[in-house]
Parts: sequence; structure tokens; C-alpha cells
Amino acid sequence: MAKRIDVSGLSAYYGSTRAIEDISMTIEPRSVTAFIGPSGCGKSTFLRTLNRMHEVIPSARVEGKVMLDDENLYGSNIDPVAVRRAVGMVFQRPNPFPTMSIYDNVVAGLKLAGVKKKSVLDGVVEKSLKGANLWNEVKDRLNKPGAGLSGGQQQRLCIARAIAVEPQVLLMDEPCSALDPISTLAIEDLIGELKSQYTIVIVTHNMQQAARVSDRTAFFNLAGVGQPGKLVELDDTPRIFSNPSVQATEDYISGRFG
Amino acid sequence: MSTVTATASPSEPLVRRELTTARLPKWAPLGTSVLAITLGCGIGAGAGLGSHLQWGLISAVLFLILSYALAAKVEGRRQAKDRFATSVVWVAFILAVVPLASLTIYTIQQGIGVVNGNFLSHSMKNVISSGPGGGIYHALLGTLEQVGLATAMAAPIGLMTAVYLVEYGKGRLAKVVTFFVDVMTGIPSIVAGLFILSLWNILLGFDYSGFSGSLALAILMMPVVVRSTEEMLKLVPNELREASYALGVPKWKTILRIVIPTAIGGITTGVMLAVARITGETAPVMMLVFGADFINSDPFNGPQQSLPLYIWQQYALVNNDFGYARAWGAALVLIAFVMGLNLIARGIARWRSPKSGH
Repeated sequence: MAKRIDVSGLSAYYGSTRAIEDISMTIEPRSVTAFIGPSGCGKSTFLRTLNRMHEVIPSARVEGKVMLDDENLYGSNIDPVAVRRAVGMVFQRPNPFPTMSIYDNVVAGLKLAGVKKKSVLDGVVEKSLKGANLWNEVKDRLNKPGAGLSGGQQQRLCIARAIAVEPQVLLMDEPCSALDPISTLAIEDLIGELKSQYTIVIVTHNMQQAARVSDRTAFFNLAGVGQPGKLVELDDTPRIFSNPSVQATEDYISGRFG
Repeated sequence: MSTVTATASPSEPLVRRELTTARLPKWAPLGTSVLAITLGCGIGAGAGLGSHLQWGLISAVLFLILSYALAAKVEGRRQAKDRFATSVVWVAFILAVVPLASLTIYTIQQGIGVVNGNFLSHSMKNVISSGPGGGIYHALLGTLEQVGLATAMAAPIGLMTAVYLVEYGKGRLAKVVTFFVDVMTGIPSIVAGLFILSLWNILLGFDYSGFSGSLALAILMMPVVVRSTEEMLKLVPNELREASYALGVPKWKTILRIVIPTAIGGITTGVMLAVARITGETAPVMMLVFGADFINSDPFNGPQQSLPLYIWQQYALVNNDFGYARAWGAALVLIAFVMGLNLIARGIARWRSPKSGH
């Protein structure tokens, strides 16, 4: 069920400000693609264009094409709600729904889509929490509030919530930046397991993390303050980290940047 | 040998370096206040001031001066300013509580003697107003019905307006709506009453009724509900909306199932406080509900009674000791009712607020 993403000529705007310019890339199914680059270069903006979350922000708009297998996500008859069901997302800060229990958080997407059968939901909760490596820690307190978990557990709960609706692609926007090294390790292990079923795209500021978890790495950069962000290069991760083809990439990775 | 001789003595540091200073003992604020009250009462009694309020104000001023002076003497200027600010906060707190507490205590003292089962379950029908007896059942019933109807109209409209303003409103229309909500917040209740009187009763020709009064009450209630709901919805973090969108949940469902439930505690509190506010409104009720001595349980036909109007009638129109007693009794019931609503609102806010699980 994992799908290939093919982006061509994509630019994204906030009002009249162009945040990213003319990005084209292919993201392979059943693999992990990492986005790295300095702050403000448009990694997160680009990630959010991949499931039409960018346009949720007032006055934001997108130009260009994003093909999910053979469908253009920005085609005229595409329903953004359906896109987001197919392309799930995990955010930088864990954001479980505060009014809901752990159980209800996991099945929120299904329940709100109208799935009511308890036996189905029970199965999804167990499967998703096991998929997110959280089952053993919470199986005895599924009816407790999700907000009572630790930060790392909350983030894994959010991953469980995202995979419970069985998306074809999973986007992760710096999923470990608010977490300690142990929780980070748990989530990195989880990413390694999930890639057998999903297309995973992860934004990270941690280059070791990109090197550890990803198969392909894309480096983004911006020409200067106020300039739009651009894709510098996308290649196999070992190659990006050992022998990148662009000088700026090497400068950034070796810390000689700016 | 060093050649430097001119700068041998180190210059004074720009800031004080010692970590210890003289401190007043822990009981100092208490001691100061006791001293100030004693002095204040002494001065008041000595000068022959009749009002105890004056004694209290003198004590308060003395307390402020004493706590500043004492701290300045022992601890230094900065700590003195700190203690002065703390004292001002305490004095302001007491000044705010005194009228509230005395109002409540006085109403209880005056009203408790009248309030009993008979008072709560009987109307004023066939009661000679210059004598004892009678009750507020008709007024209580009228107030409940009028406020209930007003809430049933104002709460949904106010809630939906707030949802529009926070979740959908952009550009000119939202600005216009916000402006008119602000204007409506400032409408005097008598003007709302006159508006309904001229529109509903004179232009459209309806008779006096509880419903006519609740229309005016709804006008007064709506902006309060919009404002408080708006603030509560704005407090819901945007991340929760995005989390919901990212699960493929449509916007309307996100608002209904994620945003409003997260804010429901605050929204309920806001509605309850608005209810408490209109429960005490007298002017529109006087014009539109008209007041009745008998039980009229039908809010759509004929005059009804309401608690604030009843209090005013017993006090101003009956104007004797029995009337005063009934007015105090009704006032006590009214305060208890409003306070009860507030407590319920707080209970709901606590019960429905997002849980941390600790």
C-alpha cells in the first residue's frame, strides 16, 4: 500500500512571500527519505505540501504538481480531506487530543470517519499501539487520558494515531526534537520497522539521525535571508554523507556552514 | 617591583556584592497589621469618628506606611518597595472582599427569617400586601422560565457566532460581526427592553408575556456568550486542529468533535455566567413581563412575575415591613440561585477540562 511520490516544479507561498521555489524530486515507496537543511529553508513547508496541510494556514498557497502514484494531489477534483487520509502526518511536538483517553486517541481518525464497531476498533488499537512500540507500556491503562503519558510516549501515541487510519505515506516533521535520547531511539527503531509498509518522509535537524534512519537524504538550502528555499540535492544517504556532489552539502554536513 | 602605584586601591564595585542582608522576622507583616489596626482604631476612637469604615481606612493607610518604613529601615529600599507592593495588594484584596462579604451576610441576616417552605411554594395571590404571608413561587417560576427561554435562544446563536468568528471568519464580515458584538455588549438593559417593547409588543402587537421579556434578556446575553466562547475557542491550540486535519478529518467535524469538546468547560462557564448576569436584570422584565401576583406557568401568554421585579415591587410599591421582609427573602433566593449557577459552572469546568492524568 506504500506509494511513490513524484514532485515537479513545486513552489509554496505564504501570502506574497515565496517560501520554497521550484522543487522537483521523487520519493521512493517503502523507504525512508530524510530532509535536512538549515532553519527556515522550507523543509517543513515542503513536507506540509505533500498532504495539503500547507493550505490550512490562511493565505498560504501552492503551485506545481505532487503525484501520488498516478494522481496529482493538486488536481482540480481532489478532496484535500481524502489526501490527508492517505498521507498521514506526525508533528514536531506531541499533540494527543487532551479530552480523549489513550484508546480514543488511537482510534480518533477512524471514529471521526464513522467507524463504530467496537471489535474493529479494539483490534486497531492493539495493532497500532504494537506498531508504535507502545502497547506494553499502556495496555493496562487504555482508558487513562493520553496527555498523562511522558513526552516520548505521547509522540509514539501520535504515531499510533497516524498509522491507525492506515495511510500510504507517513510524514514526520522533526518527530524527535522534543524528546530525550532514549525516546528518540525508540522512535528511530519504530521508523525502521514501519518502512517495510509505508513510504516515510522525515524532517530532522539531527544529521546523525538522518544518517541512521534514512535510505535517501535531501538537502535544502536558501540563498539568503528572505530568499525562498531550494532543494540542493537528493541522493542515497551514504553518498550524501560521504561524497556529496554539491559543495554546499558538504559544508553543511561537516559543520563548516555559514 | 610593580611600577603601577596610582591604581593600587581597587575601585568600589558598581553593585553590592554581599549575599546577606538584615531581614525582618517572618511575623513582621502580621505584627505590622496588628499594630496598624490598633493604632487606626485608637486614632478613630480618639478623634471621635463615628464610622468604623473610617477606622478601617485609617488602619489601611497606616499599614501601608508602616510596612514601607519598617522595611526601608531594616532591609533597604528595594525590599521596602517589594513589601509596599505586597501590602497594597493585600489592602486592595480586603477592600474588594469587605463589601461583597457584608452584602452577603446582611442579605442572609435579613432574608433568612422569611425563607421557608411556605415562602418558596406560594404566590402572592389573595395575600393582603400590608400583612405577612405570601411567597415567591410565581416569581421563581417566572425567572426560571424567562431565563431558560433566553438561554435557549442566546446560547446556540452566541456559540455559533463565536465558532464562525474563530474558525471561519475572515475579512470584512468578521470585522463587522465583531464590531456589532462589541456594541451589543454595551447596550443598557433598559434599551434592550424598549427595543423589544416597540418591536414585539407595539409594532407586532403581542401582549405582555414572559417570552417577550426573554427576548430582551437574550439580546443582553448573546454578546456575553459570543465573547467568552470566542476567547475559549482561541485558547484551543492550533496543533490539535492540525492533528485532526492530518488524520483526514473534515473541518466541521474537527470543530465539533475536537475543538469544542476541548473548550467545553470554559464555554459552559461563560454561558452560566451570562445566565447569572441576566437573572438579575430588572428593567426589561418590568416593561415586558409586567409582573403578576398569581402563578402563571405559561411564559407565552399574559403577565408573569420574576424575582428581581418581585423584589422591587415588594420594596417600592408595598413599602411596609412585611414587604421589606419579603423583598429580602426574595433577594436571598436570587443570590443563592446565581451563586448556585456559578458553582455548577465551576464544577462543569473542572469536570470537563482536559485531563492531565496525574
